Amino acid sequence: MTSLPTAIERSLGLVIDLDTCVGCHACVVNCKEWNTGGYGAPLGDLDPYGDEPVGSWLNRIHTFEVTPEDAPASIVHFPKSCLHCSDAPCVTVCPTGASYKRSEDGIVLVDESMCIGCGLCAWACPYGAREMDPVENVMKKCTLCVDRIYNDNLPEEDRTPACVRTCPAGARHFGDFSDPESNVSKLVEDRGGFDLMPEMGTAPVNKYLPPRPKQATESCGASEAKPDETANATGFLGWLDRALERLG
Amino acid sequence: MHPAISVIFFTVTSGAGFGLIAMIGVGAPMSQGPLAAFLISLLAGGLAVAGLISSTFHLGHPERAWRAFSQWRSSWLSREGVLAVATLFLFGVYVLFWLFAGNRPLWLGVLIAFLAIVTVVATAMIYTQLRTVPHWNSILTPLVYVGFAIACGYVAAAALNPETNSSDRATIAGMACLVLIVAWALKMSWWHRAGRTSLAAVGSTPETATGLGAIGRVRLLESPHSGENYLTREMVHVIGRKHAAKLRAIALTTGFAAPLLISLAVAISGGPLAWLGVAFVCLIAGLFVERWLFFAEARHAVSLYYGR
Repeated sequence: MTSLPTAIERSLGLVIDLDTCVGCHACVVNCKEWNTGGYGAPLGDLDPYGDEPVGSWLNRIHTFEVTPEDAPASIVHFPKSCLHCSDAPCVTVCPTGASYKRSEDGIVLVDESMCIGCGLCAWACPYGAREMDPVENVMKKCTLCVDRIYNDNLPEEDRTPACVRTCPAGARHFGDFSDPESNVSKLVEDRGGFDLMPEMGTAPVNKYLPPRPKQATESCGASEAKPDETANATGFLGWLDRALERLG
Repeated sequence: MHPAISVIFFTVTSGAGFGLIAMIGVGAPMSQGPLAAFLISLLAGGLAVAGLISSTFHLGHPERAWRAFSQWRSSWLSREGVLAVATLFLFGVYVLFWLFAGNRPLWLGVLIAFLAIVTVVATAMIYTQLRTVPHWNSILTPLVYVGFAIACGYVAAAALNPETNSSDRATIAGMACLVLIVAWALKMSWWHRAGRTSLAAVGSTPETATGLGAIGRVRLLESPHSGENYLTREMVHVIGRKHAAKLRAIALTTGFAAPLLISLAVAISGGPLAWLGVAFVCLIAGLFVERWLFFAEARHAVSLYYGR
């Protein structure tokens, strides 16, 4: 049923720390690796070794340049995957019931055997979290590694989403946002976690932590051209400078 | 947004079909006899059905399309499917009366006309409901869809009208002018609103998309991958809007000026209403261009993450 659940028992999701992400794409690769062999159909690629490879990915890293008014620009690596929104527009637009949000843990999933591949859910999502699989022609999205987090066959430390498990910088955190004492709730409170595009009214579960303020540098003009210090040189070195200049 | 030919054909053709069904339903005069009844019903039903079948061509799994009838409680796409099938079923019953009893029950016709218009509203709501596409997210979108459905339906019904009195023919053609003007006036106001309704105007910018606005201005430095992906092909489609101004002029000339002049000529001369058949074809051709722009010019919020 593509109506949203009236109550959510737990609200599982991710906190992504934009301060510590180094943009290494390890989470992207491990996500693809796990999810191509896990839940649902494999994550397909077309022309993977050719000139124009295209494929479905559940997690992608963008890199942005942020320019403050009074300081040099800085680079922010920006991982983006499904935010498992509380008011998920991708779920309610689905005509078949393939898209649903689970009441027990708030995870948004696609039942691929019911998906007709109309693509309307991807249109409804402002974040670009859903991608049509080019081989299976069904909608793919982050499952929050639902086949890992409850999997008793895995060692306990592996029962987190693949992206969280693999992140070498500790920039991704997994937990229950409905518990105010959980690791993710505390991170959001301590670091001022925020929503992406709150104006879209999607009430995302996943939160992002802002980059910590940069230390003010003494001078912002490091890249400015230095005046030519040799122009007024005199004596032997001045003569040598001019003679070498003339050699072209 | 990517202008998929199947969806353009679907929205234009089924809109015209349901418009004509509505006109037949409210009792537009038609030629007598079972053969005329059969051919007219085939045209109206055929347009609507051809559009609906075309809409399944862009599905990844058309063989599962029947599942789309299940979620009418929450999904406009599902509602559209249910309403279309219900309207066509009742229209089939209506056509049986028309063919075999030789009469057109008005009570059933009015119900069918109502359902046909609601179906067109549901089609429009598939797009209107998307907050991610500010161009579409307006009450004007269903008004435009209904306006064009009624315009197509009226012009087609007028072309099929067997009226012999030339002053009555002039009145019917004059009404066609009015209907065309109203429909395109709605579209003009839709275009006017779209011109003012950017993503930034509804409060979405690269700064809100990344949440980094508190630090400074945000600009994409590197895309996630060097190539294209589903999102950029489907929702960050920029080629289609390159010639937007020219295409808009073509849509207006073909879909508005041409059918208006033909209708006006018939209204003044009281000539044969069959000329409105040509006006109908021009209108449909213009609407294909109009609908291309409806998709191609629409910007999706995800484009903010791709710096385009």
